[in-house]
Amino acid sequence: MSNIEDKKTFWQKLKAWVDGEEILLNADKYIATRTPKEHKSWKDRFSVTYVKENRKLYAILSVGISVLFIAIMLSVVNALPEFGSPYNPSNNEVMVRYLEKGIEETGAINFVAGMILDYRAFDTFGEANVLFLAVMCVVLLLKKDGKNFSRQEEQENAEDDYFDTTEERPILQIGAKILTPLVILYGIYVVLNGHLSPGGGFSGGSIIGAGFILYASAYGKKRMQRFFTFRTFTLICAAGLLTYFACKSYSFFTGSNHVGYEISKGVPGDIISAGFILPLNICVGLIVACTMYGFYALFTKGDI
Amino acid sequence: MNHLETNFYEAVSVILFGIGFMNLLLQNNLIKKFIGLNIMDTAIYLFLAAQGYIFGRVAPILTDGVIDASYYINPVPAGLVLTGIVVSVSITAFSLALVQRLYKHYGSLNMDEIMRLSREEEGE
Amino acid sequence: MEHINWIHNIPFFSIFLAMLGGIITALINNGKIAYKIHMAIIFLICIMSGILLVDVAAKNEIFTFMMGHFPAPWGNELRAGPLEALMAVTFSVVMLLTVGGGANFVFKDVVPEKQHLYFIMLNALFGAMLALIYTNDIFTAYVFIEINTIASCALIMAKGTPQSMVGTTHYLIISLLGSGLFLLGVSILYGITGHLLFPQMKEAIVELIKTEQYHMPLLVVTGFIFIGIAIKSALFPFHSMLPGAYGSATPTSSGILSGLVLKSYIILGIKLIYCVFSAQVMESLRITDILFAFGLSGMVMGSVYAMKERTMKRMLAYSSVAQIGYIYMGIGMGTRVGVTAACFHILAHAVTKTLLFLCCGSFVEDSGGKEKIYHMRGAALRNPLAGIGYTLGALSMIGIPLLAGFISKVYFATASVYSPGKMAAVLIVLGVSMVLNALYFLPSVIAIWTPAKEALNSPSPSVSPAFAVSVIGFIALNLILGIYYRPITHIIQISLDLLAQ
Repeated sequence: MSNIEDKKTFWQKLKAWVDGEEILLNADKYIATRTPKEHKSWKDRFSVTYVKENRKLYAILSVGISVLFIAIMLSVVNALPEFGSPYNPSNNEVMVRYLEKGIEETGAINFVAGMILDYRAFDTFGEANVLFLAVMCVVLLLKKDGKNFSRQEEQENAEDDYFDTTEERPILQIGAKILTPLVILYGIYVVLNGHLSPGGGFSGGSIIGAGFILYASAYGKKRMQRFFTFRTFTLICAAGLLTYFACKSYSFFTGSNHVGYEISKGVPGDIISAGFILPLNICVGLIVACTMYGFYALFTKGDI
Repeated sequence: MNHLETNFYEAVSVILFGIGFMNLLLQNNLIKKFIGLNIMDTAIYLFLAAQGYIFGRVAPILTDGVIDASYYINPVPAGLVLTGIVVSVSITAFSLALVQRLYKHYGSLNMDEIMRLSREEEGE
Repeated sequence: MEHINWIHNIPFFSIFLAMLGGIITALINNGKIAYKIHMAIIFLICIMSGILLVDVAAKNEIFTFMMGHFPAPWGNELRAGPLEALMAVTFSVVMLLTVGGGANFVFKDVVPEKQHLYFIMLNALFGAMLALIYTNDIFTAYVFIEINTIASCALIMAKGTPQSMVGTTHYLIISLLGSGLFLLGVSILYGITGHLLFPQMKEAIVELIKTEQYHMPLLVVTGFIFIGIAIKSALFPFHSMLPGAYGSATPTSSGILSGLVLKSYIILGIKLIYCVFSAQVMESLRITDILFAFGLSGMVMGSVYAMKERTMKRMLAYSSVAQIGYIYMGIGMGTRVGVTAACFHILAHAVTKTLLFLCCGSFVEDSGGKEKIYHMRGAALRNPLAGIGYTLGALSMIGIPLLAGFISKVYFATASVYSPGKMAAVLIVLGVSMVLNALYFLPSVIAIWTPAKEALNSPSPSVSPAFAVSVIGFIALNLILGIYYRPITHIIQISLDLLAQ
């Protein structure tokens, strides 16, 4: 930066400002006669940094805003329709059709599953994509690459792997050996029965994912990587989403243009029924299971 | 219409939302801030789920072969909450991964400390 | 197959093609192949949207597309008219030029093993923006807003530096606050109307206003939904997330986020104003006045903050805050002419701001990674194409005739005549902000064209052909918007008339 004493004339100061240099007008005089500021001006009182620095003022303001918000919302709740009344605006012809024609139009006995995977399937497609994008973001952040892993972490991970393979943990390992197949079997049951009873792809997938996490925490990363690597993970997620995409593109295209073949709805109550809902539940279940295990693996080890 | 006494589910969810919001503003620790955000989201799902209930009716799964819309509760809010919970889980996972990266680099979970250190780094 | 109307299927094809691109790119490990697939997909969507625009503008119609076998209100729906098609075309052209010109920045900044993840996020972001433009259902809008949030945060943090992580955290917290408020508004609105699709909600709200039921919840709902949208599109008091995020991201990401993502929320807001809450409801609830006030203060304060910045990227971020203020001022005027001016400014700003960010990225590279304006002296003499691009972009922002910015300012001034109470404020603040814009753009423009005093040892940069094509493309778009603006404003006007029915 050029010397401040050179910038005496107005044109030189203007040129320096236009050039983007940091100059302090009359700096030498200011430094010589500087006294600490006695009182803060009213502008400083209300600036954000002052408020943040003065913890008490910030806390009082925050509590004030939250209490005001709660007060406004409680008066809104006061004016809302009564809880549990059958004459509410939300109990209208939309709900009636989902309940009365649900079985013949979608074939699913679980009306909620019929609604989210047939009537409003576009929202569920968006939701599966949110889960997939979140796990890809966590991969972007936490997966080991050239830049973000230090030597100390490498060493810690190597020690963890050594302990996982050599340490004797009989209670945990025998318990996991017995429980994991049961947990995964229960998860598969919940996924397959999504259209017949409470459950579905999301809850069943979480249960399967929990089974994977139990096995991985008991036996260590190396045993898990014998059958579940990063390549498997991306393949399963992408295959699940592609199947969902293909089924729903066919369904939307034929539905909107009134062409194509109708998928048979089967007999309500059978496992193989309800058109596309069973395959979609399976896809969603696989995606959620891999995603849950992926979160666990990336957070603990930095690698799937 | 004074429905505050009957709408207690909605009232509680609104108070929870306010508590979560206060958490977000007042806590300095990053993980506690994201827990506050999570509480806010959960409160909204309680609010949404409470819109669907009707007294004296059963869950929307075919029971005893009754196909009559006045036998079941409204299934629409249940489906919306399902979508919302998955979105909330994804966002919590993403934000906690960010916190882990920040901790690895700055060694602190305090938001003010991190901002100060990052401004010092940028000023170099 | 003869009676299939292929043109009506174009919105569905565009959204699903972009999401398919995101899914397929996960299987590909090579960044360059992912980039080529992304460009091919955007190019296809651009052509399809162009065909849609020509068809819909000629027939002056707005159509709905049933997603599935069930009509509204039982199933999802998409809705497309001339405005949506115009926005889709503009977004795809801007995305094409930005990613094409800025691909080198991406390949330098992101670690090679993770480059394909960046393109997954770009595809998903584009699909979500198209879904927000075409949607006819408010809960679908919420789900795709969340996809938008996650993908934009990923674009910011792809660079991997600690500053970008801090910027992403700040951006994420404020964005989630906005989405949370939006969802709360949607839940209350569902509770009082019982519908989730726009046409049915509009009827229900008109009914509620007539019978004077639920007056307080309706007011609060409108407030929450529009405050949520304002927080996400960085309107004045809620803008603090922008400088940290844009200042620390790669130039390509900053360009796309500032030029396109913020606008997609505003387009959703405009659709909500016309399709759900009719304009009279908005007037009676005074929301437009509040948006107008925030827009005016944003125009002034954004420029004031920009003048204080010495880093070029942060200055451009604050300039975005000021331009978003312009758009909200147009919406806040409450008349159809005002919203037309706001839509035209959306197009003008999308085309200009991405050009500025790309040229800024090129200057930073030439100066060896330093970001302060002081270190960028003479950058335009080493890289004349980027210099001309930056200068033209800055002149367009200031409002020189023949460029897009001038036309949008003329439209704002003309629109203010139709709202007499607000005319004086609009004209005064327009004038003041034009002067402030000049005050913070001219120093940087002059700095890049003055020869540096010290000879910098950086090697003379080679301008890649993609970057050159992209800069020339943006300049051409700016000139087209500045000279042949009549057809575009005509399309916007007829579309707003169709939306308001």
